[in-house]
Amino acid sequence: MLLSLLIFLPLVYALIVMALPARFSRPVSLALSGLHFVFSLVLLARFDVTTADLQFVEQMDWVKSFGISYFVGIDGISLWLVMLTTFLTPLTILGSWTAITDKVKGFHVAMLALEATMIGTFLAMDAVLFYVFFEASLIPMYFMIGIWGGARRIYATVKFFIYTMFGSLFMLVALIALMFMTQEMLGGQMSASILDFYKLEIPFVAGQFLNSQTLLFFAFALAFAIKVPMFPFHTWLPDAHVEAPTPGSVILAGVMLKMGTYGFMRLGLPLFPEAVEYWSWLFMLLAVVGIIYGALVAMVQPDIKKLVAYSSVSHMGYVVLGLFAFNAYGLTGGLYQMLNHGISTGALFLMVGMIYERTHSREISQYGGLAKAAPWYTILFVIVTMSSIAVPMTNGFIGEFLILLGGFEANPIFGAMAVLGVVLGASYMLWMVKRVFFGGEGEIVTKYKSAGLDLNIREAVVMAPLIVLIFWMGIFPNHFLRGSKASLEHLEKNMRTYELGIHNPSQKDQSEKYSMAEERGE
Amino acid sequence: MNEQLLLGLLVVLPFLGFLFNGIRFTSKNYKLAGTVASTASGLCFLISLTLVAKLIGMPEGERVITSHFFDWFLAGDFSVSASFLLDPINAVMILVITGVGTLIHIFSIGYISHDERPSKYFAYLNLFLMNMLILVLGDNLLVMFVGWEGVGLCSYLLIGFWFSDPEKAAAGMKAFITNRIGDAGFLLGIFMLFLSFGTVTFSEIATRLPETAEMMWTGPITLACLFLFIGATGKSAQIPLYVWLPDAMAGPTPVSALIHAATMVTAGVYMIVRMSDVFVLAPLVMNVIAIIGALTALGAATIGMTQWDIKKILAYSTVSQLGYMFLAVGVGAFIPAMFHLMTHAFFKALMFLGSGSVIHAMADEQDVRKMGGLKKYMPITHFTFLLGWLAIIGAPPLAGFFSKDEILWYSFASPAGHWSLWVAGVIAAGCTAFYMTRLMCLTFWGESRVPKEVHPHESPVSMTFPLIVLGVLSVVGGWIGIPHVLGAIIPGHPPNVLEHWLEPVVRMLKPEHASAAVEFALMGISLSVAGISAYFAYDFYLVHKDRPTMVTKKLGGLYSLVSDKYRIDEFYFGRIINPLIDLSKGLWLYIDINFIDKMTYLASDMVKGSGQFLRSLQNGNLQQYALYISLGVVVTITYILMGS
Amino acid sequence: MPMTEAFLNVGLNHYLILSALLFTMGMIGVLMRKNVIVILMGIELMLNAVNLSFISFSSYSGNLNGQIMVFFVMTIAAAEAAVGLALAVAIYKRYKEINIRFFEQLRG
Repeated sequence: MLLSLLIFLPLVYALIVMALPARFSRPVSLALSGLHFVFSLVLLARFDVTTADLQFVEQMDWVKSFGISYFVGIDGISLWLVMLTTFLTPLTILGSWTAITDKVKGFHVAMLALEATMIGTFLAMDAVLFYVFFEASLIPMYFMIGIWGGARRIYATVKFFIYTMFGSLFMLVALIALMFMTQEMLGGQMSASILDFYKLEIPFVAGQFLNSQTLLFFAFALAFAIKVPMFPFHTWLPDAHVEAPTPGSVILAGVMLKMGTYGFMRLGLPLFPEAVEYWSWLFMLLAVVGIIYGALVAMVQPDIKKLVAYSSVSHMGYVVLGLFAFNAYGLTGGLYQMLNHGISTGALFLMVGMIYERTHSREISQYGGLAKAAPWYTILFVIVTMSSIAVPMTNGFIGEFLILLGGFEANPIFGAMAVLGVVLGASYMLWMVKRVFFGGEGEIVTKYKSAGLDLNIREAVVMAPLIVLIFWMGIFPNHFLRGSKASLEHLEKNMRTYELGIHNPSQKDQSEKYSMAEERGE
Repeated sequence: MNEQLLLGLLVVLPFLGFLFNGIRFTSKNYKLAGTVASTASGLCFLISLTLVAKLIGMPEGERVITSHFFDWFLAGDFSVSASFLLDPINAVMILVITGVGTLIHIFSIGYISHDERPSKYFAYLNLFLMNMLILVLGDNLLVMFVGWEGVGLCSYLLIGFWFSDPEKAAAGMKAFITNRIGDAGFLLGIFMLFLSFGTVTFSEIATRLPETAEMMWTGPITLACLFLFIGATGKSAQIPLYVWLPDAMAGPTPVSALIHAATMVTAGVYMIVRMSDVFVLAPLVMNVIAIIGALTALGAATIGMTQWDIKKILAYSTVSQLGYMFLAVGVGAFIPAMFHLMTHAFFKALMFLGSGSVIHAMADEQDVRKMGGLKKYMPITHFTFLLGWLAIIGAPPLAGFFSKDEILWYSFASPAGHWSLWVAGVIAAGCTAFYMTRLMCLTFWGESRVPKEVHPHESPVSMTFPLIVLGVLSVVGGWIGIPHVLGAIIPGHPPNVLEHWLEPVVRMLKPEHASAAVEFALMGISLSVAGISAYFAYDFYLVHKDRPTMVTKKLGGLYSLVSDKYRIDEFYFGRIINPLIDLSKGLWLYIDINFIDKMTYLASDMVKGSGQFLRSLQNGNLQQYALYISLGVVVTITYILMGS
Repeated sequence: MPMTEAFLNVGLNHYLILSALLFTMGMIGVLMRKNVIVILMGIELMLNAVNLSFISFSSYSGNLNGQIMVFFVMTIAAAEAAVGLALAVAIYKRYKEINIRFFEQLRG
């Protein structure tokens, strides 16, 4: 019941918010989403880190004739992404306290619905269910950008929606093909369970494109590559981010992009091992191009938010590089970098939103000398910047280091090129920091200085947990890596024959299995 | 007290100081801030002394204190722990860092008293101290890298301390990014080492070295060393990445003394000495290091002769002296490199603080052309600066003489050395003597060119006290490393304490055909070169003041090339950075907007176009609908008839 | 006398071909012309072409069903003509226009 509650309680919260008058929307949704985070902590506490199997599994028939079921479960790969979602949602709601003034109720309903669909995506273990959540999450985000966005919001939101939808349709086709394949394997009964998919042996011919495994892999990969977004499918991202309201940007960058990389980890890599191995060079190449390209383009952006958006392209490139390096370092680093990016880019978007609320400008050239006018804001911003450019002792370093190590081991040339991104990353972030915070006073700073540009208490409360996490994850990464270690090792070691078992702590045979293994070992 | 606690305190104390001052960073109470920070630093010095005393108490060859704090992170078979290691190499380092650091903290109290943000300043200073200690104490490459980037960050923050000035902010940024280029190399070096040895811990690398070196092709080790050296060129301001250090003088002067002269910039040297076991396996890289070091020593010294900003002169002097250290490690003289690192820390910190005292007295004037005759206003500063001057030009028996001379000797006689390296070193020594004497003449001696509105005055005790201590150290600091040939003839036969101390842990390439006569001859040559060029400088800038202009006129283009710092900055900006920015703009406009986006529009336009076409069929004209129906009927009937 | 021969031996096919020709002419009128009145006339022509084939089938098969059908068709044709013409008149009175293109209100 735990996981179902985790998925559907936000929808109940949304109903509650809808039923109450608009003036209660903010506090009620903040309280409820905060409660939900506490609830997810219960999950974290009860999570068994020693096993790679799925835990807290729930399975129910949904469309029996096609083998589609309501099937949710959690393992080390999804654990932290779920936690990230429940963690960011209340912060985002608090962060948008004054930013959203129009249709407040609708906004919070969308926010909570979004939380439900995102958690659902990370927990679904049935391919169709996964697809449903994956797509359903587009809807609240579509409204969020389309209603509360900036001037070109309709263009941006339509572009965002159609782009991602386009990719997912290929995934749907591939999914159905896989379901037919299970029918053969299971002797007539179709199944959409991802666990059954893992058991498939999909024919693969090296060197050819037109064979089922390669085609299916690319169908999935296209959907995820657009979501991540990988170069050259990234152009929806800057538009969506620039037009989205602050909370939309935070959730989009913080969680939704990870659906793509999570999809690679959950479906792309284990389902099509031969194709992944054969084509990994292509994805590593695109990842490296994305890292460098994103960094270069970020460097010349005139708009802070667009700069951060392009930096996302660069950072997500690291994640993909790590995943396709497919060794323990790369996978661990990739997963860790997903969390890092969620926190540091989320924090960057929040902070950009905070200053935008006061000055209504994001033009870098209009700023300058902000450090004098807003010292606390500057301190936090610089800390987040350091996290973003992966200075040791912040979270970013652990992820980037492991990814680069993994990438370097898998392919020294790509690894070395990706290391260049470290330099470029520092360049664009620090150049922006210099132009915005240092130097002489910019026109916009002079104009709004008297109104007070520094953080207020509410904003400090929003930022505090993020800053704490930046250091916590940077100094004690083992606290976090512990949770996913078993799952990642399992994935790395059994790439060709990846399967997931279902963990049932109450069953006795678990301990028996271990003893049997020991006997065999002797 | 147990050692783990002490090692931990070395990091925790500065951190507490950082927190204390960082949280109340707006406070203008410079005395409180300075006292807290200096206390933290001073306690660290005491702890270092205690630890080093313990180390001395241990039997030779086993002088190692390790302390494991926690497992930092692990992934697969990569595991790294947050642990410290104290052995004779970094014992020298922590003494220098905390000792000189404490003096500079004390000096800063006076220096920063008029500033708006003294607490912030001291917070950064303590943060730097913490990171520097992490750097030298780390027992593996990763912990070292933490400090490595951490000091870079502090350097960035402190150079840009007066961030309202866009140039200073830009200097900070430049320092960080240039360092980052080096750091990227360092990272690659770590990767190579890890993939070759399966570990990043110094002690384990050392134990696995013999077997790995036998089994493996040396390519990876050579590459790893090369990458690590790139890292060192960034941090220690060597060609081609030295450009940030002169700009870094934008920071407060005590910072220049601490970070950009005494401690941080020597991190590269320390790293190579720490990894000396590995580096000696890559003779090619050693040669590269020696050549780069010699070139840097020479190039920076020549630039130093043409500068007018007192801090810039000292900055190029630092680059040049760092070049000496790299020359030393490149020829396998790791111990002399550490020796020079230490003596340089004393006299260069002394001179930077002295220049700080001068700048403070001159109301922030840094141009030596507007100084002169300061001797009578600032006797203590002048006297201590004089000691520093003598030390750096290598006047016996001051600190610089011993260390520099040993480096020159090794560069000549070591198996990895070459006479050309020695020649470069001697010329650089001559240049050094010239520009330092020039600095003395222009600043302290001769008649005063001080503008009337400025009233130079001696600095307060808090500033002169560190100068005196460092002055003493600049004199006696070299006596712990007296070369054997000199030790043999000096009464009492003082041993080479430092070499004895470091020998068990540092690999050295010993000169093969050591001959005392040759060593004395070389020593004599380098001494006389330094003496002659010092005399020339004295003659140029005090006696015949028209000669400098004459000479520069004669040199013409060459002079302007040197005084424009070989136009390296212009080259970097014009050929690398600006094209890169243009390229990025091009990528954004032509690839992103005009190509990728256009392609997606093309796809959507196709969908839209087909929609338009279908829409034109659906035009509301019933007659046309009927026509379609009848055409359909005709086609269907034809098909049926044909089919049958 | 092959000519008279041809006229004497008028068979079912002849009627059907005539009917098809008439139907096609009517249909072309309906589909191509723009004048509402002409379109109505085309419809009448089509209906009568159908009637002709009904009658000829009926006559040749000796079955009266076809002829009965024709009566229905004629009735409906009359009704249709009445309603159609009335509409045409009404439209003309309102818009002073009987060009069918003028009334493309359903254009997508």
